[in-house]
Order: sequence, then C-alpha cells, then structure tokens
Amino acid sequence: MLIKKPADIAASEITPQEIYLERRRFMQGLGAIGLSSLVSPAQAGYGGQVLDFNKPAQYQIKDELTPYQSVSTYNNFYEFSLDKYGPAKLAHTLKPRPWKVTVDGECARGGQYDIDDLIPASLEERIYRFRCVEGWSMVIPWVGFPLSELIKRFEPGSKAKYVMFETLYDPEQMPNQKGRVLDWPYVEGLRMDEAMNPLTLMAVGLYGEVLPNQNGAPMRLVVPWKYGFKSIKSIARIHFSETRPVSTWTKANPREYGFYSNVNPEIDHPRWSQKRERRIGEYSRRETLMFNGYSQEVAHLYKGMDLEKNY
Amino acid sequence: MPVIVKIKAVAFLLLSLPLLSLIYRFFGGGLGVDPIETLLDETGQWALRILLLTLLMTPLRRFIRRAWPIQLRRMLGLYSFFYAVMHFIIFVALDKAFYWDEIIGDILERPYIMFGFSALLMLTPLAITSTNNWIRRLGRNWSRLHRLVYVIAAFTLIHFILLVKVDLTEPLIYSFIFVILMFLRWGKVKS
Repeated sequence: MLIKKPADIAASEITPQEIYLERRRFMQGLGAIGLSSLVSPAQAGYGGQVLDFNKPAQYQIKDELTPYQSVSTYNNFYEFSLDKYGPAKLAHTLKPRPWKVTVDGECARGGQYDIDDLIPASLEERIYRFRCVEGWSMVIPWVGFPLSELIKRFEPGSKAKYVMFETLYDPEQMPNQKGRVLDWPYVEGLRMDEAMNPLTLMAVGLYGEVLPNQNGAPMRLVVPWKYGFKSIKSIARIHFSETRPVSTWTKANPREYGFYSNVNPEIDHPRWSQKRERRIGEYSRRETLMFNGYSQEVAHLYKGMDLEKNY
Repeated sequence: MPVIVKIKAVAFLLLSLPLLSLIYRFFGGGLGVDPIETLLDETGQWALRILLLTLLMTPLRRFIRRAWPIQLRRMLGLYSFFYAVMHFIIFVALDKAFYWDEIIGDILERPYIMFGFSALLMLTPLAITSTNNWIRRLGRNWSRLHRLVYVIAAFTLIHFILLVKVDLTEPLIYSFIFVILMFLRWGKVKS
C-alpha cells in the first residue's frame, strides 16, 4: 500500500541537485558583481532554488525580519564549526540530495523514505520568532509544513508518547563530527502533544528559497516556543517511543539544558539570566516573553506542570 | 633619543591597534551579526592578552639582561586596565543598557560575572598606584600591593572558563600560558 499521494510535482520537474547547486553558485556570482537584477524576478533573491508556498495570515507577524545575511551566516551548527560564522563557510560539504529519512519505533508505517516523498506539495511561509538559549533572538520567515501532517502519515501507535529526531551522522559531510565536542548524532525530542501542536513546523526553506546548508538543509524542525537548540537540523531519523528521549544538550550538561527548554524569562540558565534577549540587529536588550510570545498557542500543554522542575 | 622611548612609542601604537580596529569596524558594519557580542569578546580577550604580556616582562628581563621590559611594564598594565574598563563599559552601557538592578543582580548572582568584576575592581588600585609618585610613597608596600596581579590573572581566567558553553579550548590555552609564565618566574627564584 502506498503511503504517499502521487506527487503533484512530476519527477521531471524536480531540479537535479547538480543544476540546483550550479544555479546557486551562478546567482551568487551574479549577486557579487551586482547583476542579479538582470535575471527574472523568480530567480533573483539569494541564489537558492525558489519555493512555491502559501502565506497563512496568522503566521505573518509584524516583527521586523532579521536580514537574510544574518540568518544565513550566524549559526550554531557544531557539526561544522564551534564558531557561529563557520557553518556558512564550511557547510558546502553537506549534500542535501539524495537524502533518506529513517522512520521507526512505535508506528505502523515505518521505513526508509526518500525525503522528497515526505515533503508535501503545498508549503506555507511562517514568520516565527527564534530564541537561542544564549540570549540572542531572530525573526525568520520559514517555509515548511506542519510536523503534525508528517506524523499522521506514519500512523504512530498508542505507545508513541514521544517523537525523537536525529541529525545525519556522516563525518565526511559534517567534518566536525570527527571530534567529540558533542555526542553525535545530534538528538532532540518532543512530547507527542508538542509535536502535534499546529505551531510545530518542519522547515525546508527560508526567505522563500530552499534552506541553505548551514541552516539545516534539507529539512529541520522549528519549535518556536522553545530555545533554539531544540529545533534540530538536517533530520535523518524520526523515532516514536514510549520513553522520553535524552537530548544531546541534556546529555552534555543536564543541569543547564532540560528536555522541555521552554522559553521562560522566570527561569534563569544556571550561568546567566533569561529575562532579556538581544534581537539581532538591535543594540539594546528587549524583554523575553513567556513561551517566546506563543503562550496562547502552547501554554495549555504545560498546565499544572512545575516549570522550574521541568525546565 | 634613548632606546626605551622608541620602544615605548612603538608599543603604545601597537597596543592601540585593537581599539582602532574595533572603532573602524563599528562604523563600517564589520563587527559581525551581533556587534555587542563581538565587542565584549574582543575587549575581554585583549585585556587578558596584554595582562599576560605584563607578566612576561620580569622573566624576559632576566633572560635578556636588559632593563627595558620593566620600563615597558607599566604601559602594558595600564593598557590592560584600559581594555578591561572598555569591556565593562560595553557590558553596562550596550549589553545591559544601564539597567542597574540587572547589572547588580548579575554581579551578585552569576559567578562568572562576579569573578570578572572582582578582577576589574582589584586592577583599579594597581592602575591608580602605577605612577612614580605612588611607587615612592608606598615603598616596599608597592610590590606587596602589586602582587595582586596574580590573583587578578587567575580571576580573569576563571571568568573566561565559566562563561564558555562547551568549548574550553581558548580559556585553557590562556591558562596554560599563565602557568608557563608563573613557572618562568618562580622557577628561576630557586637558582
């Protein structure tokens, strides 16, 4: 029995990877010599493959967008570099295609999927606030689809209380995985109701184009009410389990990084305050909002929970 | 012109370069995606580097048997103090936007900031008493007071170690250099 609907996009229309990369290099070259306006509007922009998407009104917030330059050159992606400017320079070794995602655990439709079978034809643009645990934040126009849509297709069973995600493990593509600064592959997880929340997004693009490698190509999670390290990048495995997965950062430092890691100005990081954040592009600090300003959508998930214990 | 004047002039210019670079890049948009973070990081690192340079002067003097390292030492110490003060001003004015209750809260509640602030506090009397007048006035007590520099260096290193998220490489390299400098100093005393 087929899992997916017949593709809306004919296989012949999907840009082969070499051409997609070549086009990006070409566009970057044009951009560098100031000629990007000579190309048609559909191809102008940031040099990546342009995506087709809707713009649901409730996700088009008024906050000022963080410039593409900042979003794509300031990345915590330790698989490539411990320096935030490193991944943009080094992530070219990652090959987003061909890409397989392994789905296993408590579900009926597990297996090894080609990623293009998982990405639906209809995508949406959602502008989300993004808050790093370090104390800086951005506003990013992601392009993607709700995680809940994807999860439903795998038919998780009643024992599936948690969803766990893994980043690709391939030191050839991600050279810093040769070292042991973190326990590779990178692991993150959500409670099932957090994963099924309408806000939880699987992103495949940003600023209207395919995700740059350093932002977690080809597919990454975006959980906007949690600290950024929960938004795992370059997903290669999705696993449903009864027991709570242990996040990589929790393993690295359990006192500082908990499973929930909800954005919460009342609960300080052991070493620094979380009351304020610096919005990239601004010079002063702004107040951090409870659940990063998404209380209306997610506060009910934590009703009755002691958030200080469940940090 | 005596050699020492030339040495001091060159050193003065060289040590001003990090500051000039920061000012230049501040106005040219070259401080990266999070300029305040870059400013804090670089002023802090230069304060530490120059402090370690200061601690190199006594072993250097013994090694090359010349006087100029000691004659240069005051300028190094004051430059380190200068970058440390810049580091603190950027923290108070830009990072914390003069929210004094938060600043005081941070100093009292965050160990890494307590260590950094204490180092700066201790460095202040050393800067004030750096003049010839004070050296004369304090006599033997001047050396005693200025031995605080070892505590200041240790506190600065602890400040750095406590603030990194997971990669201890940089603070450990500086700590290693500090240990070598201390060894160069005390190792010789025995002979």
